[in-house]
Amino acid sequence: MSIVLEAKHINKYFKKPLLFHVLKDINFTIKKGEFTSIMGKSGCGKSTLLYILSTMDTDYEGELFLNNQLVSNQSRQHLSYLRNKHIGFVFQFHYLLSEFSVLENVMLPAKKLAEKSIEEIEHNAMQKLKILNIDHLAKKRASQVSGGEKQRIAIARALINNPSIIMGDEPTGNLDSYNSQNVFNIFKQLSNEQDLSLLVVTHDEDFANKTDRIIQMGDGKIIT
Amino acid sequence: MTNWKVILNIAKTHLLTKIKQTSTAALGVTFGIGAYITLVCFMTGLNGMLDDLILNQTPHVHIYNEIEPSEKQPISLYQDLKESFNVVHSIKPKLSQKKIHNALPIIKYLEENKNIRGVLPQVKTQIFYIAGSIELGGNLTGIKPIDEAQLFNMSDYIVEGSAEALQSTDNGILLGIGIAKKMSLKIGDRVQLSPINGGIFPLKIVGIFQSGIADLDAVQSFANIKTVQRILGKAQNYITDINIKLYDIEEAFPLAKQIEKQFMLTAIDIKTANAQFETGTTIRNLITYAVSITLLIVAGFGIYNILNMLIYEKMNDIAILKAIGFSGKDVQLIFMSQAMIIGFVGGVLGLAIGFGLATLISTVPFQTEALPTVDTYPININPLFFIIGFSFAMLSTFLAGYLPSKKAKSIDPVKIIRGQ
Repeated sequence: MSIVLEAKHINKYFKKPLLFHVLKDINFTIKKGEFTSIMGKSGCGKSTLLYILSTMDTDYEGELFLNNQLVSNQSRQHLSYLRNKHIGFVFQFHYLLSEFSVLENVMLPAKKLAEKSIEEIEHNAMQKLKILNIDHLAKKRASQVSGGEKQRIAIARALINNPSIIMGDEPTGNLDSYNSQNVFNIFKQLSNEQDLSLLVVTHDEDFANKTDRIIQMGDGKIIT
Repeated sequence: MTNWKVILNIAKTHLLTKIKQTSTAALGVTFGIGAYITLVCFMTGLNGMLDDLILNQTPHVHIYNEIEPSEKQPISLYQDLKESFNVVHSIKPKLSQKKIHNALPIIKYLEENKNIRGVLPQVKTQIFYIAGSIELGGNLTGIKPIDEAQLFNMSDYIVEGSAEALQSTDNGILLGIGIAKKMSLKIGDRVQLSPINGGIFPLKIVGIFQSGIADLDAVQSFANIKTVQRILGKAQNYITDINIKLYDIEEAFPLAKQIEKQFMLTAIDIKTANAQFETGTTIRNLITYAVSITLLIVAGFGIYNILNMLIYEKMNDIAILKAIGFSGKDVQLIFMSQAMIIGFVGGVLGLAIGFGLATLISTVPFQTEALPTVDTYPININPLFFIIGFSFAMLSTFLAGYLPSKKAKSIDPVKIIRGQ
């Protein structure tokens, strides 16, 4: 199986208010189609690690490979492009652009990538919404849909550019158990059917236990 | 890599959902630009009118024979007294003629100069106006009426009759409105003139002029140059003044200097003669620009403020845009284009309002004794002002948008997303 994401000797320090060694020599790989969760106590650095892996945080030491290509020390412009093309995001809070319609929110990353025509993008976006059973919301304003629906829209947006990996920062943290279950099922389905890699930071043990692999973190190190 | 369509679409959506703030910001620009256009059209219109009042009637270079005492008295030429201290009391000017010596060849010479638009000879003299028992002192100037009308806009100041009528009437006279009033004369009447050296000449009034300067209108009148030469009993080469109109007013000063040297005459250029006028114009322009720029700076701060607030409100949006692959530059462009759209819309509206107001002002009646040919407020609508106004609108909104958008560019999405 090919490797999607590889971290080698990642170290990170917080310089303020005191020098603090957050991440200590992190090494791991994520293979294609793998559904991985990262668990650990608050403050153990799991979210910090996720944001380094997401390429949004560039202030670290070590090497990060995405699809076997080194992404450390690339220009921000290029990192934006990589995020756009290869990484999909789902956050704890839904983070939709509230002034835009659901469909426009989903289409936005693809429009930015601009590899397809607007008609194609719209068609794809509708397809993604259909997979997630929320195609009836397409024309609604993003601010007018419920929390569970918002999270599904965010997943649809993460999928629009057919990324190599989807990253989630406690994507179910703000949802009730019914919607959490729902989101988990969607992730599982994507992993199984479309061979998509997933990396999810979570506090929810039930959620983690159902994933293919759990990375336990403690005090800035990977325990298991 | 810049995807303008997407960026503009996001900018548009932001602006439209915040239509109230957007319109407030745009209105700031609109009022700034509108006020600038109105002010500058009105002020330069007034300036132009005031300049015309004096400068158009004034020759660019005026050549005449000044009567003045010799600079060097004969005693200073006497070598034997060189070392002594000489005092000469009661110096008087030397007896010389008022006319310009060799005037006709000088005119011919000047006419060949390519920088000169026209050379007009004049004969100036003091006369008395006699109507019944009244005698009034005054000035009579012999001119070439058609040429004067062409080069010095004389027709603008003729309130009755015309320059052509004067040209074609041998014994005609163009009377100042002050004299006509004092002596209750009108067109077609006769006025008798008496030059200083005696004799009476009846002339027919073919026109009345009003220069706008009351003192002048009470003494001045014009006749054909030949008529004046005849009244004075002088030959055709008797010319007392030569007026020059140039293509480029800037050349007046060097030309005047050159003529003074070459012909031993006095030559005054327009700038020396009307220095205070230049100052007035400059100061009025200064005030216009100071006021307009102040207005635009205030509008610029308005835009700055509104964009700043917008960016604080949109922190989450900015973070999410960056997370899904928009670069810092894209985000900056989104906010810059919002500023520029506000500037563009506000600016264009401002130009339209400015144009409307200026046109409105130009229809407001404005009548004054001093300006016979003006009956509404003068407005100078110059496309250049619109270009300047528009560029300034774009420039000020660019600057106002630059700082907030730079801040948006450097927002760290991780901090925002984790901060929740």
